[in-house]
This record gives sequence, structure tokens and C-alpha cells, in this order.
Amino acid sequence: GRAQPRPRPAAAMQFMLLFSRQGKLRLQKWYVPLSDKEKKKITRELVQTVLARKPKMCSFLEWRDLKIVYKRYASLYFCCAIEDQDNELITLEIIHRYVELLDKYFGSVCELDIIFNFEKAYFILDEFLLGGEVQETSKKNVLKAIEQADLLQEEAETPRSVLEEIGLT
Amino acid sequence: MPAVSKGDGMRGLAVFISDIRNFNFRNKLSADNDSLWKVFSRCLSTLGSRTVAKGKSKEAEIKRINKELANIRSKFKGDKALDGYSKKKYVCKLLFIFLLGHDIDFGHMEAVNLLSSNRYTEKQIGYLFISVLVNSNSELIRLINNAIKNDLASRNPTFMGLALHCIANVGSREMAEAFAGEIPKILVAGDTMDSVKQSAALCLLRLYRTSPDLVPMGDWTSRVVHLLNDQHLGVVTAATSLITTLAQKNPEEFKTSVSLAVSRLSRIVTSASTDLQDYTYYFVPAPWLSVKLLRLLQCYPPPEDPAVRGRLTECLETVLNKAQEPPKSKKVQHSNAKNAVLFEAISLIIHHDSEPNLLVRACNQLGQFLQHRETNLRYLALESMCTLASSEFSHEAVKTHIETVINALKTERDVSVRQRAVDLLYAMCDRSNAQQIVAEMLSYLETADYSIREEIVLKVAILAEKYAVDYTWYVDTILNLIRIAGDYVSEEVWYRVIQIVINRDDVQGYAAKTVFEALQAPACHENLVKVGGYILGEFGNLIAGDPRSSPLIQFNLLHSKFHLCSVPTRALLLSTYIKFVNLFPEVKATIQDVLRSDSQLRNADVELQQRAVEYLRLSTVASTDILATVLEEMPPFPERESSILAKLKKKKGPNTVTDLEEAKRERSADVNGGPEPAPASAASTPSPSADLLGLGATPPAPAGPPPSSGGLLVDVFSDSPSAVAPLAPGSEDNFARFVCKNNGVLFENQLLQIGLKSEFRQNLGRMFIFYGNKTSTQFLSFTPTLICSDDLQTNLSLQTKPVDPTVDGGAQVQQVVNIECVSDFTEAPVLNIQFRYGGTFQNVSVKLPITLNKFFQPTEMASQDFFQRWKQLSSPQQEVQNIFKAKHPMDTEITKAKIIGFGSALLEDVDPNPANFVGAGIIHTRTTQIGCLLRLEPNLQAQMYRLTLRTSKEAVSRRLCALLSEQF
Repeated sequence: GRAQPRPRPAAAMQFMLLFSRQGKLRLQKWYVPLSDKEKKKITRELVQTVLARKPKMCSFLEWRDLKIVYKRYASLYFCCAIEDQDNELITLEIIHRYVELLDKYFGSVCELDIIFNFEKAYFILDEFLLGGEVQETSKKNVLKAIEQADLLQEEAETPRSVLEEIGLT
Repeated sequence: MPAVSKGDGMRGLAVFISDIRNFNFRNKLSADNDSLWKVFSRCLSTLGSRTVAKGKSKEAEIKRINKELANIRSKFKGDKALDGYSKKKYVCKLLFIFLLGHDIDFGHMEAVNLLSSNRYTEKQIGYLFISVLVNSNSELIRLINNAIKNDLASRNPTFMGLALHCIANVGSREMAEAFAGEIPKILVAGDTMDSVKQSAALCLLRLYRTSPDLVPMGDWTSRVVHLLNDQHLGVVTAATSLITTLAQKNPEEFKTSVSLAVSRLSRIVTSASTDLQDYTYYFVPAPWLSVKLLRLLQCYPPPEDPAVRGRLTECLETVLNKAQEPPKSKKVQHSNAKNAVLFEAISLIIHHDSEPNLLVRACNQLGQFLQHRETNLRYLALESMCTLASSEFSHEAVKTHIETVINALKTERDVSVRQRAVDLLYAMCDRSNAQQIVAEMLSYLETADYSIREEIVLKVAILAEKYAVDYTWYVDTILNLIRIAGDYVSEEVWYRVIQIVINRDDVQGYAAKTVFEALQAPACHENLVKVGGYILGEFGNLIAGDPRSSPLIQFNLLHSKFHLCSVPTRALLLSTYIKFVNLFPEVKATIQDVLRSDSQLRNADVELQQRAVEYLRLSTVASTDILATVLEEMPPFPERESSILAKLKKKKGPNTVTDLEEAKRERSADVNGGPEPAPASAASTPSPSADLLGLGATPPAPAGPPPSSGGLLVDVFSDSPSAVAPLAPGSEDNFARFVCKNNGVLFENQLLQIGLKSEFRQNLGRMFIFYGNKTSTQFLSFTPTLICSDDLQTNLSLQTKPVDPTVDGGAQVQQVVNIECVSDFTEAPVLNIQFRYGGTFQNVSVKLPITLNKFFQPTEMASQDFFQRWKQLSSPQQEVQNIFKAKHPMDTEITKAKIIGFGSALLEDVDPNPANFVGAGIIHTRTTQIGCLLRLEPNLQAQMYRLTLRTSKEAVSRRLCALLSEQF
């Protein structure tokens, strides 16, 4: 008889990189433990590879033993590495959903928002993806979590800056 | 949405970033245009104009950063205690500097302090810093874990969320040790908030991936499975990922997830596009969750319960049907999400490989995508069809698309798409279309991108061999490969063509004629010279009758290429010349003149010089008879897994990220049932390497018989083994080769090949013995027997079943031996095989390589521990030492590999003398475990080793020492 099909190992996203058309890294998120040196090497290689591709080419490529899924939004490239068994199209939509989340939060996001508020970009990403897996796909739920944090921030900081300025602390 | 006051949170930070950016950001953010694209574009133009002064600004950036670092350092070191806000601000600045690509070596402590702040934002920045700049500084880890513990216990969901995110982001072993027991409780507790559950599920998944041994299975697992039924789709989404990974490793325990996943999936795919509210994405209901559920189902075979199975089939049909419906939106997000689910459904259909109807429908769907205007879909269709091609149900259906795929190869503008087309052509190739596919690949090769040429060459070579009915076609194809892409034709490919020509006498004359013709080209590739030289040296006589290819013409043709070739090729040609001396006495004088010339006899290259000297001498002193014996035609090569196939597997297989052992095991896991793993590292694998006579086996052996088994000189000039003991000749050597490895060919003669594949864990093992009938005649009364002495029987338990007494010609039978090490043992079992072959009785005995070291488990330990234990085992009975001469070149890497192959851990940085090797491990027997330490001290000058074994049992020390001493 034929062999029983072997289970296909589940895989997570390995990392996500955001970089500009000039090759400047704007955000990096690693879901696998790698040394700083390795991260830099991977980033350098990938940025080069992706930037060399022409606009109409397909959004997927094989790279080492990983699959790269990338998409360009204006000046920024969003680039994810997934494993062999992973679903490319759904990864492409992970990217898009993340862009939508940033856009909704910042109100027409642009590259500068991500530069100046990199910590927010990270917080939003953590609510959406955790450990390389999709945690919450509802835009409302993700943004609710971030808004709550922002409210906490304002409560915490509004009084203090006043007090600080008049030297009462 | 509250207005985000960008940068207001930390003005100092914004100013700093602004300085680095070197332009005023406030003017750039006034845009209120809705379109991402336009706003991004605007920024783009700003950025573009800045690149002019790049060099200068880089300098300025570094200056500014160093200033800031100095400032932060002084603040952190200052007498005045910093308040939380300032700490947060400076930590955030450090983070920004790090993300710019600069090294940060301080601030960790301040970040850890932020973790215990009661202010959410301070805590949040602290956690972010820790997540990004993980440092396995053990003292800090303890503090970090402490803060996490407090937050997890706080019952404040936002704090718990931060703590869980941090664990999931860092995922270190220390964190697994601290929290792997706690998180499952949070995950299944009734009062945990949904968002915390989601984080807990994925956090646990991350820990399970890093340290599966630290995540205890327990009652919680069944409750986790029921999260598939949860009301909250976000919880289901997170839990499905966790369950999938757990189910892979523990399929039994998570079996109930199948029916739950099917019913959840069914509810999603049949829901109206608005039912799931915010979980509907561009009119596609819960695409991420659907993909995850379909992935979970791929951990299992098709459901056994007919009701579940029927429901699943319905789901899959629904997904396929939806692909035919008109799109609900023109947005690419809609079609991507829809097709993401479709492709995952097709993966599941292929994985099950049991429903012909679904497989053919899947194939038709992919066929439509092959001509889709979206490049992404064409790419994915080609990729997915590759797996479909290997199913017996859909192979034929895939083949109908051959013209489209060939067209893709010719017209796709993106190399990664063309690569997929090559893969698919390779996958759909069979006897019926091989000629067409090989021809198309060859013609594509002429213009193919350099990056994929080598792979195409390998694929063509494999297909040509696999589907050759007519071997002249095969020879033509390979010569074409060399002509079109000679630089990409690796050794494996041209070795293989020679092996095949030597093994098939029906093609030898044709091959000789064809290479002779190909060599006429004024500029031919060096690989062609190699193949041509080798083949003419063996079979040049078959075309020598034609005056156009007389011996002298053949020789002159080859020699006209000689001076343009590299040293290895010239060495090969010299061997061809000496073969010519035997084949064609009429050119002997000409060849002797060539060998005698200064450019040969005094060649600066030692290999060439040696060959010239030896061949000249041989041609002078040896009688015709001896020449004929020494230079006889090469014997057929043993059939084994094609080395090209092995190479392709290696090339395409996992290499960078997965660990090497895993990759090796996978590679040797056999594709064609051949017991021999890729011969890449096995020095003794016969291959028609550049030297015909085995004189120049690498590394060059200046004197004495070469180790190559193909070398006939050995047999003529050395004392041939005459006394045939009960054991087959070479059995001892073969036995020794298996001490440090588990797979390979144990024995081979003209009739029979015995291959082994074995695995051992603790005191148990399993060995697969493959008996291959190399002839075309049946073996009858085929009886393998395992023979153990009484003494061995008490220490080693072997269990096996008899094999079928008839082995058909060309067939292979397999025997499984279950092994248990009861107590330590010294002898090895003997495998005796008796059978009848064409009326003769055959009787073969070989030593079966089951050795004590197979029951080793490596043990890692630090230098201090090692020497402490070393001292504890210092009594004279515990130590056995052997000083011996090196039998092989003393190569550090090979030695390391052997020690690891022997089964012990190789301990680096333990021995004060870095030239020494130190190992540790535990021998497992049924009753006891015996700790073993070993130390190998090479003396390069004397070409000697000193090996010391210390174990708690003398017999073990002695046996391990004896086994390992034979390896170097």
C-alpha cells in the first residue's frame, strides 16, 4: 500500500523587515534567535536582493531555504521570511493588514511616522503578530488594545509634566 | 481614534530623531490624504533629494550619536537619581540608536528598572528594549524574569499582556524554565481575559518551539483543544497555531482537534461574507483562521469518521466552488485572501492524496491560474502543481499542461517564475514526455540565468538517465549539457556518464565515436576533454578500425588539448595515454616520447611528474601480459543511488537554518530505496575520479598502494589476500568503517549487496539490513542468520524475522533487527547468508557492526566539570590508554567528525591544549549507565596518537578504546 502522508510541519514567520527604497532599515522584527551579526548579514543580503527586483515581478522568491514575501508601499518595502510550507498569499495579506493598522492608527501613515514613532509601530505589530503567528486579525481589537495603552499614557503623563515644570517633584 | 500626539510623549526623543534625520519633520506630517500611496510617495521625494550628501550626513550622524551616547551615559552614571520619565526617554533613545545599526553596551539595567515601574508606558518601553536587545546576561535574566513574574501575577490584563509579549519575543530557555509551567494555567483558566488567552497561547507556542522538553503536557492539553470552539475568533486563531504545533509532536494526544477543526472550518466557509464582522477581510470570512485550520488538518491523515470526512470534503468542495464564482470585490486583497484559502485547501487535498475527484479539480483550478494575468498566481500555481505531479491520481492531469509550462519557461519575465516552471517540468516528467522535456530544458539552458544553470544541468542529467530507453540519447544529452553549459557541469554529472558507459556495453562504441567527434571542435570545454579522455582510454579500440579515428589520430587529438588543461585533467590524460599503450601497441613509442619529455618528467607538479615517471617505467618494464592485466578495462561500477540525485537533494534540501545532523539524516533517508547515503564524504566510495588507476587518490599518496578500491595496481603489486577466513575478505575493514557511522554498504560482491541503515537511542536500536540481488537471476533458499556467541547473547539481545527465501533478480529485500544492549559487550554478531544462485551454493559471512559505542548518549559539560570527573575516575582499572600510529592523514576536522560519529559529545575549549580532543558521553545498557570520558592527543610530528578512556567500568574503557583506536 501507499505510505501514509507525513504530517507537514507548521512553521512561523521567521522575521519581518521594513526598509526604504534607499535600503535604510526602518523596522526589524525577528522571531527566531539569531546573533546580531547574522541579522545584519541577512538584512544586507535581502535588502539588496529585493531592491534589485523590477516592479512587475512576483512578490515571492526563494532565498536560502526560506520563502520571501514582499510588497512595496510607496517608499517602503515590507518583507517577510516564511518557511517552505507556509502560505505566501496569506503572508502578503499579513503585510497589508499591518499597513492598514498603521494607517488607521497614524491617520495616513508615512515612512516618517514609523521613524519617529518606531515604538508604536512595534507595539501595534506585537498586538497583531506574536512569536511569528497571527494573534488577532480584527482591526478593531488590535487598535482597541493600542488605544487603551495611549489612554494610560495620557493619564500618567499629563499631570506630571505640569508638576515637573514648576519644580514640585 | 484619539489624535496621536506624535513625539509629544517624549519631546527629547523626537528632537534627537529629528537631528538624526536632519530635517524638520513637522512640516512633513500635515498631509491628510487618505491614500497610503500618495503620502508615501511624497516622503519618497523628500528622501530622494537627501541622498546627495550621504557621506557627509553619515559622518554627522555618527558624531551626533556619540554625543548623545555620552550624554545618556553621564545621566545614567550621574549622582542625581533619574526619574522614570527620563529613564524611559533615554532608554528609548538607546533603542533608536541600536535600531540605526549602532552597538549598545549599556542601559540594560535602566531598562530592567523600568519593568517594575507602575506606569504603563515606562513598563512598555522597558519591555520593548528587553525584547529587542536580548542579552543572555544571566544576572539580568533573573531580574527580568522576576519583573515578568510580578506582572503575570498582577491580574492586570495590560501588564500581563506586556509580560507575555516579552516572553514570546525573547523565547529563551531561561524564560521557558521559569514560565513554561505557569503559562498553560493562565491559558486555560476560566477567568482569563480573551486578549490574555491569545497572548498566552502564542507565548506558549514560542516556548515550545525553543524548548519542547520544558513544556509539560498535562490536563491542560484537552482544554486547549476545546479553544477551537471558543466564541472569540481571535482566541481560536491564536489557539489553532499552538494546537497545530503540539499536534505534530503528539498526534495521539490532540486527535480530537480534527473533528473540532473540521466543524469550525465548515462554519466559516459556509458563512455569509458579513457574518463574521471584523473577522471578514475584504469579503472573505476569516481567511487567516481558515488557513490555520487547513494547516492543522495537514497534521493528520484523512479523518476516519465518515461523517467528519464527508463534512471536510464538503468544505473543500465549497472552497473550490467559490474559486469559480465572480469576485465580490475588484481589490487584490479580496482575491489574495480567497486564493490563500484555496491554495491551503489544495495543499490539504494533496496531503491526503486520497480523493481522485478533488485532486483532479485542484489540478484544473491550478491549470487556470497558470494563465492568470497575476504573476503571483502563476508562480503559486506552478509551485503547487509540482506536488500534485507526484500523486498517482493527478499526475496525468498535470501532464496535460505541459505546453503552458514550456511556454512559461520561454516567456516569463521573472526568473523566480521560470525557476518554478523548471521545477514543474522536472516533476511532471515521465517516460512519455522525457524527450520533449529534456529538449526544452536544454534549449532553455542556452539562455538561462546563471543563478539556476547548475540546477538545470543536474535536473537534465537525472531525467536523461532515469528515462533513457536508448542510451545513445543519454550520451548525446550529457555531451550537449557539457557543450551548452560546461562550467556548470559538476563532477558528479560527468562521473555518472562514465559510470553508465562503463556499465553498459551496448553504448560503449557509440560513446567513443561521439566523444571523438565532439573533441574535433576547436574550442571544447575541459569537461569534455575529461569525459573524452576517459572514454577513449577505455573504449578507443572500438572505433580504431575506422582510419579516420585511428589510434594515432585519437592520441593526437587528445594531446592537442593537453596543454590548455588544468592539472587534474592532464593527470587524467596521462592515464589515458598509458591505457593507449596497452590498447594500441603501435602508438607506444609516440606515447613514451611524450612521457619522456622534460615537460612531463620534470613537471613542477608532483602528481604529473609521478604519473609520467611511473607510467613510463611501467610501459618499459612490464610484459604485454602484465600490461594487459594492469590496464584492463574498468570493472562495472556497483549500482547505487545516483550521486547526481544526491547532489540535487543536497542543493535543494535544507541547509542553512536546520541543523546539519537533521539534514544529513534526511539526505540519507533514501529516495530510491538505495541504502547508501550520498557518497559525498565516504572516501572509499568507488567513483571514476580523475585518476584511472587510483594512483592519485586525494590526498595524494606519494608511495604505497592507494586506498581506492578501483585501483587494479593494488591487486597486481601487493600481496593479494589469499587466506579466506569464514568472514568475507574486507569484512573487518567494513566493520571498522561503521563504528562511526550508521548507514552504508556493508558488503558487496558480484552477486549480492548488503546495505545497512540503523538508528540507536539509549540502550535500544534498530537496524535495517537491505539485501540486493545484483544479478538478473533469482536467489533461492535465501537465508540470513545472525550468529552470536553464548557470551554475546547474554549481553546483547537481537530480534528479527526470517526473510522471504526467494529474492528476484534486481530486487532488494529488507530485514529489520531490533537490538537491545543488556549489558556491555565486546564481540560483534556475525551475519551469515546462504542461498542458491543458478545451481551453486553461496555462503557469505560478515561481521555485523553493532558496537558498544552505538549506545552512547553525548554529554555536554564545562571544562571544570570534565576535569573533576576525570580525576574521580583515576583508579588504574578505570583508565585504558593506547598509543598508536596514525593510519590516516591527521586532519582536525575529520577527527572531530569521527569523535562525534563515535557517539560522544565533542567538548570544545576544555583541554588546555587546543590540539587535543576531549569527549564525554554515557553508555546506556538495560541495567546501568556508564559515564565515559575520552581524550585524544595527536602528535603531528611523530604521526602518533595517544588515546585515553576513563569510565567507571574497565571492560567498557577497554572496548571503547579498542574501537576508537582503529578509526584514526
